[in-house]
Amino acid sequence: MAATPALQVLTSNRLRDGAVVYWQAGAWVEYFKDADVFHDKPLADAALAAAMVFVKDRVVVNPYLFAVREEAGQIRAVEQREIIRCAGPSVRRDLGKQAKPSMEAFDVSI
Amino acid sequence: MYRYDEFDAQFVKERVSQFRYQVERRLAGELTEDEFKPLRLMNGLYLQLHAYMLRIAVPYGTLNAKQMRMLAHIARKYDKGYGHFTTRTNMQFHWIKLVDVPDILEELASVEMHCIQTSGNCIRNVTADHFAGATDEEIEDPRPLCEIIRQWSSLHPEFVFLARKFKIAVGATPHDRAALLWHDMPVEIVKNEAGEVGYRVYAGGGMGRTPYIALLMKDFVKREDILAYLEAVLRVYNQDSRRDNIHKQRIKILVNTIGQEEMQRRIEREFEEIKASGSLQLPQEELDRIKAYFAPPKFETLDDEMPIGSYDFENWKKTNIHKHRAPGYAIATISLKAIGQTPGDISHVQMDALADLMDQFGIDEIRVSHEQNLVLPHARKRDLPAIFARLQKLDLATPNSGLITDIIACPGLDYCDLANARSIPIAKDIARRFENLDRQHDIGELKIKISGCINACGHHHAGHIGILGVDKKGVEYYQILLGGSGAEDATVGNIMGPGFSAHDIGPAVERVVDTYVKLRQNGERFLDTYRRVGMEPFKNMAYLEQMYAAH
Amino acid sequence: MPLIKDSAFVQDAFVTVADDAALPGGAAIVSLARFQKERDALLARNAPLGIQLKAPENPELLGEDVQRFSVIVLEFPAFRDGRAFSWARMLRERLNFTGEIRGAGHFLYDQIAYMKRVGFDAWNVAEGFPLEQFHRALTEITNVYQPSADGKKTIRELRATPRP
Repeated sequence: MAATPALQVLTSNRLRDGAVVYWQAGAWVEYFKDADVFHDKPLADAALAAAMVFVKDRVVVNPYLFAVREEAGQIRAVEQREIIRCAGPSVRRDLGKQAKPSMEAFDVSI
Repeated sequence: MYRYDEFDAQFVKERVSQFRYQVERRLAGELTEDEFKPLRLMNGLYLQLHAYMLRIAVPYGTLNAKQMRMLAHIARKYDKGYGHFTTRTNMQFHWIKLVDVPDILEELASVEMHCIQTSGNCIRNVTADHFAGATDEEIEDPRPLCEIIRQWSSLHPEFVFLARKFKIAVGATPHDRAALLWHDMPVEIVKNEAGEVGYRVYAGGGMGRTPYIALLMKDFVKREDILAYLEAVLRVYNQDSRRDNIHKQRIKILVNTIGQEEMQRRIEREFEEIKASGSLQLPQEELDRIKAYFAPPKFETLDDEMPIGSYDFENWKKTNIHKHRAPGYAIATISLKAIGQTPGDISHVQMDALADLMDQFGIDEIRVSHEQNLVLPHARKRDLPAIFARLQKLDLATPNSGLITDIIACPGLDYCDLANARSIPIAKDIARRFENLDRQHDIGELKIKISGCINACGHHHAGHIGILGVDKKGVEYYQILLGGSGAEDATVGNIMGPGFSAHDIGPAVERVVDTYVKLRQNGERFLDTYRRVGMEPFKNMAYLEQMYAAH
Repeated sequence: MPLIKDSAFVQDAFVTVADDAALPGGAAIVSLARFQKERDALLARNAPLGIQLKAPENPELLGEDVQRFSVIVLEFPAFRDGRAFSWARMLRERLNFTGEIRGAGHFLYDQIAYMKRVGFDAWNVAEGFPLEQFHRALTEITNVYQPSADGKKTIRELRATPRP
């Protein structure tokens, strides 16, 4: 099996409401599908360092990188925990991010 | 039930303002997340996977209709229309915004509720038998003592920054329904040879990574000395417990490191001093004052006959109705374990409807059980068919109390930041497998308890069959434990072997149960059979499929 | 470090001395380790003596000597470590210590009221900590449920007191 590059996405929770947010071009967005995917570690680490400013400014809490992989042309989280954070509870498909039509790509950067 | 007087009301109101100020300081950057975290936890506020989670205290599991309506209101206004009852008899909301919390607390205070010490390294919500005050088995109602403990432990200046959480439960019956011995400090109401009522105190029980059953500390503490004794236990714990390793900071580790006798000696020394100072002596007048709040309702003189009804009603009666102390009355368990639903979840519609039902049938209070069900403690027998019909419409009449589908499950990885694996889908899957009611009755009492991580909110150590979710490189696996008990014969369950995948765990549990059905003798419960035959026969069958697959 | 005592900022008359530093002529605070090593010499000095206890150090280790100190400093290595709350009560209620109990290290605004209740009467606070905050901390919760070293009337006692 060829070694696949370690892909990563940067995430955190928003301080005011706890909502899951993802890093996209220096800002935070609400949907995983809009997140930047880092193909190399230095870029990912640089984004994480940049995200710390948002911690200091009380926008988000505890940003961290997590592993994703490409699957049939789609980016997917590797760990179950992140799959659930991206979507919402697996036992309530009517709730969380999965409940909103994915076409609704309104700008939620903060 | 207990009602706040002006002092309680002012106290809770000021606590709300205090927390509002803490939130303001966090938002203004005067507190870091590191500093804010223990403060918010002490008020029941977690940051979970999707949002903040707010845990509301339901002291000793008792709620009135007004409070139930308030929980429905909060579910609607601040959450997504539902809440979750926990094994600590509290209510959790999983979609809360930090900025809303001070307002929520204000609303809760208006119905004499709060979130004080529902998390954090402090004395947590005190629990009791959910049949308290209604069962004829008890020496006396444990709730007056619970309320006294609640007040004593609220913002106790010495014990707000303990090494770890500290859980107290009070029992008063030979048959334990409150998982008493699994607590950091179980208190049992007992009678001595002279016929005086007093307290037997244990310490050092707890689940988590290293499960222990509590050990006896003092066989008989006199009524007036109980707070002095509890304070002595807490003081020894606060002074002597480790602070260097988060996994070794519960009182269970201290007790089992220094030993039962040394622990007793250290407590006794503190106890003698505190008792001598007299400051914590509990006057009879105060006990009587608190007791008066818990006086049973005026029971009418009623015919004791149990009504006979439909097939469904009769099934419900078999498991969900228990003997009441007064003739013509019954204790009714409302199952929050409808097949295919999340254990412990309840919608705002159900909460409001239950409050209406309470009003309609003159039931002043409802109870939350640690098994994540609700209980109507004082229902007239003649009203039961009508109550049942209402519950049926609300999908709250599942006739499975104490049966295999009455499963305890923590929120697990679907909601919880600490979880390693999902609990709820496993609970749902197992319930569906055993949905057939005749099969459930044939299997009899079998308690399945599922936790999504080692913290054991789902009490897996105490399950006849316990299930523990673990994480293997980002994939969920489930270990089976057998032989645990949360009753008066409390025992720690034994791990069977390697974990099963989410796909395999349901079939494995079925094979374990089928093995019991084959092996049982003379009306044995699952637990009895396990204790008689041991792990091997169950283990052999549970891993059978895997063995075939491997060959 | 600023020191709050008797509801005001006061000049700290004591110098906290490192274990390997020479003792000053005046009032000094030393560690338990140094006290145990140099006890006789320290007690023979003609100046007030203080001792700083780390979180695991039980004041009972001082034995009879406890009354020889003018100040006992209880250290918070982290605000989560609440042992000092028990030590302060023990000093006041069991060892009858009437000197100054000073809080030092990492404690939060939100702990000041609890500290006062268990017997602290002096606080080493961060540079720039406003005195109004100190007063505010002590007035957030008016009445209390538990008896403690501050001798404050409990809610139970207030309930039993006839009101006009």
